[in-house]
Amino acid sequence: MSTWLVVAAIALAAVSGLPGLVRSPRGGGGERLAAALLVLAGAVGVAGGLWSLTGHPSALDAPWAVPGGRLNLGVDALSAVFVIPIALVSALGAIYGLEYWPQRAHPDSGRTLRAFYGILTAGLLLLVVARNAILFFLGWEMMALAAFLLITTEDRKASVREVGYIYILATRVGTLCLFATFSLLFAATGSLDLDDWVPAFAGPLRDAIFVTGLVGFGLKAGVMPLHVWLPGAHASAPSHVSAQMSGVLIKVGIYGLVRITALCAAPPVWWGVALIAAGAVSGVLGVGFAIGQHDLKRLLAYHSVENIGIICIGLGVAVLGRALGRTDLVALGLAGALLHVWNHGLFKSLLFLSAGSVLHATGTRELDRLGGLWRRMPRTGLAFLVGAVAICGLPPLNGLVSELLVYLGLFRAAIGGGGLIWLVAMLAAAALAMLGALALACFVKAFGAIFLGAPRTSDVDRAREVGPAMWAPMAALAGLCLFVGVGAPVIAPLLDRAVAAWLGGAAPELGGAAPLTAVAITGGALLAALAVVGGWLARRTRGAPAGLATWDCGYAAPSPRMQYTSSSFAEMLVRMLSWALRPDRHAPALREPFPSAATFASHVPDTVLDRGVRPVFTLIERVGGRLRRLQRGSIHLYLLYIVATLLVLLLWR
Amino acid sequence: MSIVHAVIHVVLVVLLPPLLLGVVNKTKAAFAGRVGPPWLQAYYDLAKLLRKGSVFSRTTTWVFRAGPVVALVTALFAALIVPLGAHPAPIAFAGDFVLFAYLLGLGRFFTVAAALDTGSAFEGMGGAREATFSCLAEPALFFGLLVLARASGSLSLTEMLGVSVGATWAIAGAALVAVATSFFVVLLAENSRIPFDDPNTHLELTMVHEVMVLDHGGPLLGLILYGAAVKLFVFAALVVGIAAPLGGVDPWLAWPAFVASLLGLAVAIGVVESVMARLRLVQVPALLLAACLMSAFGVLLLVR
Repeated sequence: MSTWLVVAAIALAAVSGLPGLVRSPRGGGGERLAAALLVLAGAVGVAGGLWSLTGHPSALDAPWAVPGGRLNLGVDALSAVFVIPIALVSALGAIYGLEYWPQRAHPDSGRTLRAFYGILTAGLLLLVVARNAILFFLGWEMMALAAFLLITTEDRKASVREVGYIYILATRVGTLCLFATFSLLFAATGSLDLDDWVPAFAGPLRDAIFVTGLVGFGLKAGVMPLHVWLPGAHASAPSHVSAQMSGVLIKVGIYGLVRITALCAAPPVWWGVALIAAGAVSGVLGVGFAIGQHDLKRLLAYHSVENIGIICIGLGVAVLGRALGRTDLVALGLAGALLHVWNHGLFKSLLFLSAGSVLHATGTRELDRLGGLWRRMPRTGLAFLVGAVAICGLPPLNGLVSELLVYLGLFRAAIGGGGLIWLVAMLAAAALAMLGALALACFVKAFGAIFLGAPRTSDVDRAREVGPAMWAPMAALAGLCLFVGVGAPVIAPLLDRAVAAWLGGAAPELGGAAPLTAVAITGGALLAALAVVGGWLARRTRGAPAGLATWDCGYAAPSPRMQYTSSSFAEMLVRMLSWALRPDRHAPALREPFPSAATFASHVPDTVLDRGVRPVFTLIERVGGRLRRLQRGSIHLYLLYIVATLLVLLLWR
Repeated sequence: MSIVHAVIHVVLVVLLPPLLLGVVNKTKAAFAGRVGPPWLQAYYDLAKLLRKGSVFSRTTTWVFRAGPVVALVTALFAALIVPLGAHPAPIAFAGDFVLFAYLLGLGRFFTVAAALDTGSAFEGMGGAREATFSCLAEPALFFGLLVLARASGSLSLTEMLGVSVGATWAIAGAALVAVATSFFVVLLAENSRIPFDDPNTHLELTMVHEVMVLDHGGPLLGLILYGAAVKLFVFAALVVGIAAPLGGVDPWLAWPAFVASLLGLAVAIGVVESVMARLRLVQVPALLLAACLMSAFGVLLLVR
């Protein structure tokens, strides 16, 4: 039943944008039909996922003519955990897209955008329910290639094309690594079906399988230092696509890691340590790079790297627990990781959608050009505020609940563990604490720079609040952030099933291992107390004069350009982290007593991309250039190559 | 009986914090050879401010008014999580220390947002510093909490600090000295005391907290003053919980003993403020890093 629902969702999503392709680019281009089909797919997909998570997992198996392939699909609790956010965020993004990227305003790109958006959604859903390697790769490649075509929607801009090339290269390398993973699994077991792979994790190849899987899936998830494609891609895509990519697409990398670690009944301790270390590095450096950004969407993209880090720490705790035979660590770590997958899907989509609204209204993503938008766009401002508080893990919203579970897992590991585990858990807990404070600094900076204070440029003057098609999805996501924050006990049984599916046996129930009810009650009490004190203050200050200038220490004529900008806010932190960020600063040297007009610019490039990846690829290009002599563009020559290869192969065997 | 103790806890949290400011200021006055303001001056200030009217800048939105409210309410909730003396806190569960730290984070978020809402460069500077320094204070806090958790085998502040601290002193005294020192530095930083900031100066001389609240007046300033006092109380209770274990003391005697140690800590803060000068801004991260390393040292002492 649940599998059929998800299959229906895949089919609906895949075809949603196709009718529009045969319609005229003038007029609607089938945009309402596409959105309606995707909303239906979303509803069916969420229903299928929830049905499976409430204790009704199901599977579907049929032969398939493809060699090695079977139409082997299953929606167990682990798949369902990923099906739900994919279906939900994609549907909400489709509604948002109606107003954000209307056909009338984008006659040449709107129809293909919607077609690829549907295919991307279908690919994502397919790969998380596939139980066969060939079927998995079908979904994986639908996702990877559709995402490329969506990122390059505005391919007239050179910067977008460059970002697209980096993305396609990264996703090719990732697929190559996964080919290695699946080949190793095939070599170990002789099967391409997931259910047959368990013996491979008792054999000698398991470390190689884990490492290739970590690199291949880590590239998709954006684990530092494999994140190089992510910031540019998320910044350049249309915002509802960014929301889908950041909210759910990168999570399929996590899905892959969850899946392969689930197959290993007794993993070595170093797997868990490696995941925790990768997560801690991603977390701290991800948020570090985020703080240095001036582009709102790049800033949000780096926060995805950070949150993937938190998820990896949780998964690492779970693997560690399994290696040590501690099911309480498994329950806390895995539930924390999976709930953070949901939570990040909610608040990061919310933030990207509100960032899209800001971009839509003002035409700029530059934080230092914005300011004072709250007065013009209060709904968008409130949505961004909810997302910002949630992503910082602050009460009473959802980020706190999953981070609390990860913290509890780490602390429990620390209390009971021997020397190595105590040190690893200690560093990871401190990293988590530090990245929480850094995220807070980053988001209060972004929120303040965009919505508070006075407008810094005239871009803000033309801003108008967005329409219902754009704010309704934001309102839904914000409401869900609050629901998960104060309603966590309701969700705990669902996570319990996912943990049991991962462990393949009984794990302690989350309701007993974690204080979810206490957190929910405290969150509710906090909201009530805020309402009481806030209400008192509102009555107390009613009618107070509110038309005066900011006092500014007696200076009578402050101008908006004198405000603290987001760059100045971040300056101290960027300097503290400059050993990793390597910021570019172009400051004028002041020599004469009366210096002439000068400009100052600062920029935080991606260190890994510019200093690690680019030199390597430049080298490859130089070496590869010599091979270009073989590529003459003549069919005859290519046929000769094929014949020669065949001959060699025949003679060799 | 535990209800009675919970009520006493709440009453202390609500009534005691402004007195700490009075004790700090009296100590400083004694060092300077002055009479100083009355012990209860902070209460008089609060009563005065809450009666006053207020004015608002035209750039501000309701975020500006939300700042003081959130800062006060979160500090009060955090105060309900820290055990006072040897008594369990009203809010206690496994992992409550995370809620404790993130509640204070929520207060910080809105305080800084309110500062940015004025559009004044001064307040932006204060906000940036507050946000920056806390990035170093937070790991110090969590290293210390790890030590307490490992030593007590518990994940709730009530058990980390309450009964078990006395036993921990016997087995891991050196680690606790390191953590208590580190927490004292975090207290000074989080509450913007000397050597991090000078709470008595205003305008350009001030660096962190006071500069963020320049534009708040009347009842809003009253809420800020009260919230800051509660936050000082919270961190003081944390330090006292480690430094003055009251586990074996009679439950009724533990209350006056706790209040006395709290006031003793306030005197210590006053002494630090009297004998030290404020650090230059660029040296502040170094001191916080030292606090981090101090806590981390405590962690290393527990490796086995």
